Amino acid sequence: MKTIIVIGNGMVGYKFCEKFIAQADGAKYKLVVFGEEPRVAYDRVHLSEFFEDGDAERLSLAPRNWYTENGIDLYTSELVSEIQKDKKTITTSKGTTMVYDQLVIATGSVPFVPPIRGVEKNGVFVYRTIEDLEETLAYAKTIKGGKAAILGGGLLGLEAAKAVMDMGLEPHVIEFAPKLMPRQLDTRSSKVLQVKLESMGIHIHLSKATNQILGNGKITGMEFGEDDMLEVDMLVISAGIRPRDELGKSSGLLMGTRGGIIVNNKMQTSDPDILAIGEVALYNQMIYGLVAPGYEMAQVAVDQILGKTDSLMAAEIDMSTKLKLIGVDVASFGTPFMPSDRGHSIIFENKTESLYKRINVSHDGKKLLGGILVGDADDYNMLLQMYQNEMPLPENPEALIIGGRNEGGSSFGSVMDLPDTAVVCSCEAVTKGAICCSVLEDGNESLKAVAKATKAATGCGGCKPMVNDLITESLKSLGKTVKIQICEHFDYSRQELFDIVKLRGIQDFDELIDTVGKGHGCEICKPAVAAIFASIYNETANKQETIQDTNDRYLANIQRNGTYSVVPRVAGGEITPKQLMAMGRIAQKYDLYTKITGGQRIDMFGAKLHELPLIWEELILEGFETGQAYGKSLRTVKSCVGSTWCRYGMDESVSFAIEIEHRYKGIRSPHKFKGGVSGCIRECAEARGKDFGFIAVEGGWNVYVGGNGGANPKHAELLAEKVDKESAINYVDRFIMYYIKTAMPLQRTAAWLDKLEGGITYLQNVVINDSLGIVDELDAEMQALVDSYKCEWKEAVETPEIRERYTHFVNSEESDDSIEFVSLRDQKMPKEWA
Amino acid sequence: MMAQLNTYETVKSENVIFWFKAAPVARFPKNGGACIKYKDKQIAVFNFTREGTWYACQNLCPHKMEMVLSRGMIGEENMEPKVACPLHKNNFSLKTGNHLNGDLDSIATYPVKIEDDFVYVGFSE
Repeated sequence: MKTIIVIGNGMVGYKFCEKFIAQADGAKYKLVVFGEEPRVAYDRVHLSEFFEDGDAERLSLAPRNWYTENGIDLYTSELVSEIQKDKKTITTSKGTTMVYDQLVIATGSVPFVPPIRGVEKNGVFVYRTIEDLEETLAYAKTIKGGKAAILGGGLLGLEAAKAVMDMGLEPHVIEFAPKLMPRQLDTRSSKVLQVKLESMGIHIHLSKATNQILGNGKITGMEFGEDDMLEVDMLVISAGIRPRDELGKSSGLLMGTRGGIIVNNKMQTSDPDILAIGEVALYNQMIYGLVAPGYEMAQVAVDQILGKTDSLMAAEIDMSTKLKLIGVDVASFGTPFMPSDRGHSIIFENKTESLYKRINVSHDGKKLLGGILVGDADDYNMLLQMYQNEMPLPENPEALIIGGRNEGGSSFGSVMDLPDTAVVCSCEAVTKGAICCSVLEDGNESLKAVAKATKAATGCGGCKPMVNDLITESLKSLGKTVKIQICEHFDYSRQELFDIVKLRGIQDFDELIDTVGKGHGCEICKPAVAAIFASIYNETANKQETIQDTNDRYLANIQRNGTYSVVPRVAGGEITPKQLMAMGRIAQKYDLYTKITGGQRIDMFGAKLHELPLIWEELILEGFETGQAYGKSLRTVKSCVGSTWCRYGMDESVSFAIEIEHRYKGIRSPHKFKGGVSGCIRECAEARGKDFGFIAVEGGWNVYVGGNGGANPKHAELLAEKVDKESAINYVDRFIMYYIKTAMPLQRTAAWLDKLEGGITYLQNVVINDSLGIVDELDAEMQALVDSYKCEWKEAVETPEIRERYTHFVNSEESDDSIEFVSLRDQKMPKEWA
Repeated sequence: MMAQLNTYETVKSENVIFWFKAAPVARFPKNGGACIKYKDKQIAVFNFTREGTWYACQNLCPHKMEMVLSRGMIGEENMEPKVACPLHKNNFSLKTGNHLNGDLDSIATYPVKIEDDFVYVGFSE
C-alpha cells in the first residue's frame, strides 16, 4: 500500500482528496491529510456569506465524517513543519513523523501584507480565513458606526468592503492603481463599477500609496502623502496573496525568484515525488489565484499519481471569471484588454444604469477574443462558450451585447448549438456532452440529479442557468416536458399541486400525499402545501398546525433564543394615541422589547411561548388583530401621509393603504408580500420597492408590481398608468391571485415576474386584456379570500384545544428556564450565543 | 453551554432502567412534537402518526444551543425519519440522532413506549 500525504486542507487540497478517492483503488493507497486550520476545508470563495448568517458550517465543503467514511486520515490544527525529501518523511509541529510515497503540497497562500510603517497596530486585519473574519468582527463591534479602510481595490478587497459594510461600518477602499479591479477591468468599466459602488455608500480612493498607518497603539488613520490623510478606525488589508512556500524553500525544492514552488505540467516540483497544486504552485511563472485552475491542477496531480501520465496541465490557463460583487455582476473573459493590432472592440456603456459591456472581436469579425461585462453578466456563459469554442459570430456582432435576451430573440442561438466538447462547468471541467449524456442516457432529469452525477454546478454555481437550459433542452428532445418538482415526496410543481388540490377538492396534507405523493413529507413540501390549502380554502394555520413552519404553527416569529415576537396589525401605519398606550401598557406588563418595524408598525420581542395567548387576549380586547408578521402572507401596506396633511399630496394615500391592507390581510401566498401607497411621485412610501404599489398622479393612480427590498432590491414595474382606484385594485387583485396560483414555493413576486415568459407585457395581457380568459375566475377567487377573512389569533385564544398548544412542557406548568436575557438600552435582549 | 450539551446521552431500549410516565397521548399532536421535562432535562417527543412510531430526542439543538427541537417539523428523507430545527432547518435523524445536512454533533435519542394511552420515555438513570 502506498501512502499519499496531502499538506493543506483548503479548497484545492480538498478537491484533490475528492477526485483521488473517486478514481483510486482504496486497497492500494492510503491518503493522509494535514491541515493547519482547526476547521475542515471550507469554501473561501463565498466567505463574505459568513457575515450574512455567521454560520461557518454552511461553508464547509464536506463534513468531518466524510473523511473517515472514505478512509482518509485527517489531522486538523496540525502544521507540517518539515519535509525530509531524501528520507521521504514529513514532520509536524506536534512532533509526528510520517513516511510518504508521494507528497502533495497544497498549502495555498497567505494575504500579502505590504511593509508599511505601523502595520502592526491594533485594528489592522487581513481577509482570508474564518478566524480573520471573526477577529475583524469582534473589533468592529468596539467601533460601532466608525470608518474602516480596505487596502486593495481588487476582487477580494471589494468583497471585504461589502463585509465591512455589513458590520455597520463606513467602508473606504484604498487602491494604488488608478482603477478598481485592475487585473480584470479596463478604465471605463472600472469607472462604471466605481460610480455604482459609490452610490451604495462605498467610498473609493484611487492612486493612493500608503506611507504609514497612524495611531498610538491602535489605528486612527492612514497617511498617503503630505497633507493627505484619511481618518479610520480599522483597516483590512487585501493587497494580494503570497504563496505559502516555506516548506518548499526549507526542503530545497526549486523556487521562483519571487516565491512559489516551481512545477511542470505534471504538477511535479523539482523532486518528482513531490507535487504542488493550487496557489502555492508556480506554473508558467504565474501563481493562479482562482479556484478553477487550482481544481484542474488537482485533477492532473491525481492522474499523475495514478499513472495516467498523459494527463497534463494546459499550456494556457483561462482566467475568465464572473462574480456578483455586492450585488453587481462583474465578468471578464479571454483577453479583456486587447491591443488594437489584434482586433477591434465593441463597447456599450450606460452609466445611469451602471452597465458596461465590451467584446473584443478579431479583425475579420469572425472570432470572439474576449470581453468585459459590468452590471449585467447574464450573457457571460454564452459569450465564454463562443470564445472558448471559437464559434462563428453573427453578422452583426454588436447584437451580442445590445439587444440580447430582453427582446425575446437570442443572438446566441440555442445552448444545443454548442459543441459537445464545450466546457460548461469550468470548476469541475464538465462538458456539454457529459451533461446531455447524463440526461439522455442515464435518465437524470433534474438539476439536482445531474449535479450529483456529473458534479456540474457544484463549484461556484455560475453555470447553473446554462446547465438548467441544457437539461430542459435535452428533455425536450426526448419529448418530455420539464418538471420543477417541489421535493422528493411529490413529482409535481407547486402550480400542479395547486390545481390538484383545487380540482379534486383535497382537504388535508395526509390525503394529498396518500393520493399523489409518496413517503411522509418533509420541511419543504409541508409548508408549501399548507400555503396551497390556505390560498384555496382560506383556512388559518391553526387547522393543520403540524405542517406549518414554526412561525405559522405558533402564529408568531421565532427569535434567536426560542422566544417569539408579537406584531399586531396597524393598517397603513395609522394608530391612535389610545391604541399606542394600550400597546405600551401590554408590552410593559410582559417585559417585551419594543421596536418600530420597517413596515410602519410595532414589534414586541421576547415573549415566551406560554405568554403568547395571554398577550394576544389583551391585545384583542383593545381592538387589535393579528398582523401576520410571521406568515407567508400580506405583511403591511406602507403609506406616506398623503393629501390629508401633506401640501404636495395628490390623493389620500393613507385611506387607500388602510383599505387595501384590510382587503388583502390574512391571504397566504408562496412568499410574504408587501404593498405601498404614495400620495405623489416623491414616493415617500417607497411603493416601488414593494410587491405592489400605488402612486397618485395627476388624473389617477399608477400601479406597480413585482418590486422588493431585501438581498436583491428591485424596483416594481409599471402595470397600469393613470387608472381610477377601482381599476387599480382590480388589476392588483388579479396579479396577486395569478401569482399565488403559479409561483414556485418561496418565490417572491419580483423573481416570479422575472421568470414569467414575456414579463410585464405578458402580465398586462393576462390581468388587463384577459388574454387567457381567466380574469373572472381570478376575481371570484380573490373575492372569496377577502370575504372569508378571520383573525387567527382570535380563533386561537377562544379555542381551548388550540390554546393548549402554547405551553413549553406538556407535563409541567414551568416555563423554559434556559432562556436568558441581558439588558440593552433600558430594554432587554437575548443573551449572546455561546 | 457545552456542559448543557453533555447532559444528553443516547439511551438504547435495552439499557432502560426507568420508564418515565410523561404525559397522555392526546397532548402530542399528530405528526408533530411536544416537549417534556424530566429532572433537569428537556426531551422532545414526536408522534409520527404516518409511520405509526414514536420518537424522542434532546430538545436542545446543538447548533446554537436553543431549546427548540420539539417545535420542529418532522418528516422523512429516503424513509429516514427526521426533525428539522425551526431556527435554521438543521435536519437530525430521529433514529440515530445524526445531523443529516451538515457536520454538527449528533443529538441524543431516547426510547418511547405507549401504555394505557400514556407516553413513557426511557432513561438509564
